[in-house]
Amino acid sequence: MEKGKGVMVGGRRWAVDFTDNSTSPSRDIPDPPGFSRSSQDQDDSTLSRQKKDAESNWKSQKAWEVAQAPFKNLLMMGFMMWMAGSTVHLFSIGITFSALWQPISALQGVGKVFEPYKDSRVDLLGPKLLFIALNLGGLALGVWKLNTLGLLPTHASDWVFSLPPAQEVEHSGGGIPLC
Amino acid sequence: MSLGPMMQWMQSILHWVNVNLKANKGNVILVFSKGCLHAVSSIDGEVLWEKDLSAESIEVQQIIRPLGSDMIYAVGFVGSSQFDAYQINAKNGELVKHKSADFPDGFYGDLLLVSSDILVSLDATRTSLVTIDFQKGEIIFKKTHVSDIVDESFGTAVLLPSELSGMFAVRFNTLLVFIKVTIEGKLEVVDKITNAAAVSDALSFSEGQQAFALVEHVDRKILLTMKLVHDWNSDLLKESIAMDLQRGMVQKVFINTYIRTDRSQGFRALIVMEDHSLLLLQQGEIVWSREEGLASVIDVTTSELPVEKKGILVVKVEQSLFEWLKGHVLKLKGTLMLAGPEDIAAIQGMRLKSSEKSKMTRDHNGFWKLLIVLTKAGKLYALHTGDGRVVWSLLLPSLRESGSCKRPTGLSVYQWQVPHHHAMDENPSVLVVGRCRPNWDAPVALSFVDTYTGKELKSMGLIHSCAQVIPLPFTDSTEQRLHLLIDAEKHAHLYPRTSEAIGILQHEFSNIYWYSVEADNGIIRGHVLTSNCIGMVDEYCFTSRELWSIVFPSESEKIIATATRKLNEVVHTQAKAIADQDVMYKYISKNLLFVATSAPKASGEFGMAQPEESCLVVYLIDTVTGRILHRMTHHGSQGPVHAVLSENWVVYHYFNLRAHRYEMSVMEIYDQSWVDNKDVWKLVVGKHNLTSPISLYSRPAVVTKSQSYFFTHSVKAIAVTSTAKGITSKQLLIGTIGDQVLALDKRYLDPRRSLDPTQAEKEEGIIPLTDSLPIIPQSYVTHALNVEGLRGIVTLPAKLESTTLVFAYGVDIFFTRIAPSRTYDSLTEDFSYALLLLTIVALIAAIFVTWIMSERKELQEKWT
Repeated sequence: MEKGKGVMVGGRRWAVDFTDNSTSPSRDIPDPPGFSRSSQDQDDSTLSRQKKDAESNWKSQKAWEVAQAPFKNLLMMGFMMWMAGSTVHLFSIGITFSALWQPISALQGVGKVFEPYKDSRVDLLGPKLLFIALNLGGLALGVWKLNTLGLLPTHASDWVFSLPPAQEVEHSGGGIPLC
Repeated sequence: MSLGPMMQWMQSILHWVNVNLKANKGNVILVFSKGCLHAVSSIDGEVLWEKDLSAESIEVQQIIRPLGSDMIYAVGFVGSSQFDAYQINAKNGELVKHKSADFPDGFYGDLLLVSSDILVSLDATRTSLVTIDFQKGEIIFKKTHVSDIVDESFGTAVLLPSELSGMFAVRFNTLLVFIKVTIEGKLEVVDKITNAAAVSDALSFSEGQQAFALVEHVDRKILLTMKLVHDWNSDLLKESIAMDLQRGMVQKVFINTYIRTDRSQGFRALIVMEDHSLLLLQQGEIVWSREEGLASVIDVTTSELPVEKKGILVVKVEQSLFEWLKGHVLKLKGTLMLAGPEDIAAIQGMRLKSSEKSKMTRDHNGFWKLLIVLTKAGKLYALHTGDGRVVWSLLLPSLRESGSCKRPTGLSVYQWQVPHHHAMDENPSVLVVGRCRPNWDAPVALSFVDTYTGKELKSMGLIHSCAQVIPLPFTDSTEQRLHLLIDAEKHAHLYPRTSEAIGILQHEFSNIYWYSVEADNGIIRGHVLTSNCIGMVDEYCFTSRELWSIVFPSESEKIIATATRKLNEVVHTQAKAIADQDVMYKYISKNLLFVATSAPKASGEFGMAQPEESCLVVYLIDTVTGRILHRMTHHGSQGPVHAVLSENWVVYHYFNLRAHRYEMSVMEIYDQSWVDNKDVWKLVVGKHNLTSPISLYSRPAVVTKSQSYFFTHSVKAIAVTSTAKGITSKQLLIGTIGDQVLALDKRYLDPRRSLDPTQAEKEEGIIPLTDSLPIIPQSYVTHALNVEGLRGIVTLPAKLESTTLVFAYGVDIFFTRIAPSRTYDSLTEDFSYALLLLTIVALIAAIFVTWIMSERKELQEKWT
């Protein structure tokens, strides 16, 4: 649009106007079809405002959508975990660790995920918080799964296993006399 | 015939004579046992006849069969002064004649047949020789005083049991006198020989000539002389053979003849040495030798091999370079099929030598060690576990017969010094405990032997006796282990005898206890050290005071077996996780004693007692406080009991009379006092008392679990595997009656086994309960081999946690390496390193290729 305008203005520069009709409001030369001189300035401002509004709306909507995306992930993860069972084998370990890794990597990249929707007029705090909360939920799910697999040291047996046996104060020896 | 009576029979064989009676029955063996003369066919073992002489209470010394006669003579003494001769028909055992005569001076006991009708014996004072003529109408005694025939007096005489026709040998200390019996029955001295060691029996060879061998010790050599019996002055053979000093004196010599290639008569001699080794001598050479002393192992301990030293001398390098070149030339010859038999032998020898197995330095996995073996002959052997060769052997001077030590016996071997800090420049040593006489109040002899060089470092002939040797859990600054020797008067003597050792002992003085098991009286006593010995100026001697005693009722219980934990056993942890992540705490005490008692009636052979009257009682006793931790009764069961105690469990084997089967039981003991330690946060922070030292006087509450199973075999020995850190699961090693070693997983002997284990228990590895223990043929450690006469099994940890070294001994010795949970910490020998390397190289190449390709593609994309 700017370009067109520039060209047109430039075109004017090229023309040599012998009659000064600037004073008279009425002109006998009609504007090209589809061009209304009167609306142009006013149109410029209103249109851009409308556009921006729509964009920010769209952005915030998208941001909320992105923020809610981990929820689907969460459901899916839950289903997979349920399918994997509670015994320790390759699949269950793989699923559990991916369930732990995904939220962690997502949390690390929170800023990046919401980068495209950054706008001075869009409030990203809400979506961000939701995103973080959902990912934390995913993480909690992973940890819970880890625990059900028995891989978390939450029992006494996990802590006493490396302890050496206690020393005895007294010492005794002997037996049947040598013969 | 069952084995028990057979063994007894064998022990009481007095004499046996081969008599060829009937063609179909082969030779007849005459055996005198328990006052009864038996004739046994050598073909099928049938007892042809028996002659009971027990009513006459005769002690038969000789059974004589004159050549070509069907008569045999059984001669012997009744009491100390009556001589009896029985003439018996060898075909049917009929008594033909009985003669008897009194000799007022009495006999010393030996009886030697000199010719077909003359016997020689010593009188009770051992100063006169007595000839006995028994085939005439009357028995005629003729007494000759030693000083009458030998000019000088040399003290008491000993008859040598060699049969030389018409002649006999008498030993006076170091002097050997040959005496001939003339036709008139007179005694004549033939020769006197000093330094003589042994004389063989006479052997007849061509033309009715008889020869015998005489062995003398001259310096480091032995001199073998063959002589004709009837012609003293001519020597058939005179050979001198260099002999290893560590073999000691010649004890016995046997000869036989052969025809040489030049058709002349040759002789070979088999000699038995003081260390029980056998050597065959022929033409002045030792043809072969066997270390038969290793058939009577008393005790075993181990020593690490020397640490490999860096920096080899240049000379050595040059020499090894030459050797290396020579070796390669030989190998090339071998591959080109140019090698002769000698070369092939050399190649094979080289292969053996160069293999890792026989290296004399410590290996990374700790597989190669020295087994220090003490044998009955008083000889110490160091065996290399890699190839079983004898690295060195030492005939212990302190365990040899001498004036003050008449019948020395070795008792046990202990690790005396095991250097860890100075492993490079100090050698480990072992302590050998021996005794002068077999009775237990005899003075003790200690020797300290360097295990690298096999030299005796120090020896002590001691005044005190030794009933117990207690290695203490302390070492001094030179890493010598402190030992307490308890004598017959219950005084404790401390070794090593240094002031530093006393200082260490004083520091722990009130915590040192000892106990004695008096199996005959049925008492177990506990003692504590109190103070220095009173009335003695020996600061290394301590008195002890009796603290407690457990008296078993003598009419119903007799101690038949005890077991303790091995001193060097390592336990990784006390906690045992069971299903649902629950924890049980093992009761791990070094002072635990297992005792099995049985009714006195049932302590003998099977069949002596009815099931109702036999009863086996087992105890677990704390030897510090004398507290009986657990007692259990097996009704209708009896010994023999074989038991092994390890960690917190004991496994024992006995016979169930009711079921007519052998049984094995397991008893596990758990500590209840630590069960409250369940708060995870306290454990995380470390606020618990699980590792703090405990006193047994705190009387920890214990709980035991036990279970019994049938077991097919009768057992000779039980041992358990031991590993460096105690993490690997355990296997029981059972020496079966067939002289094999069977490995049985401890999991089969778990008191928590039930008929229907839950899912969690199954995950834990609990096997469903069965009434008998499985015997898996593949789990015989000895494979198809037999360890003849198996007596003991010793296990030692290798450096590699998964691996245990097993040494089984009896008449044979056997060594192997087992991994109870497979070798999880090392690659197997057939692992293909080449393939691994190839894979790595291929992967690296693939990475480079794909990287270059991706670079190129990226560049192309940028251009388009």
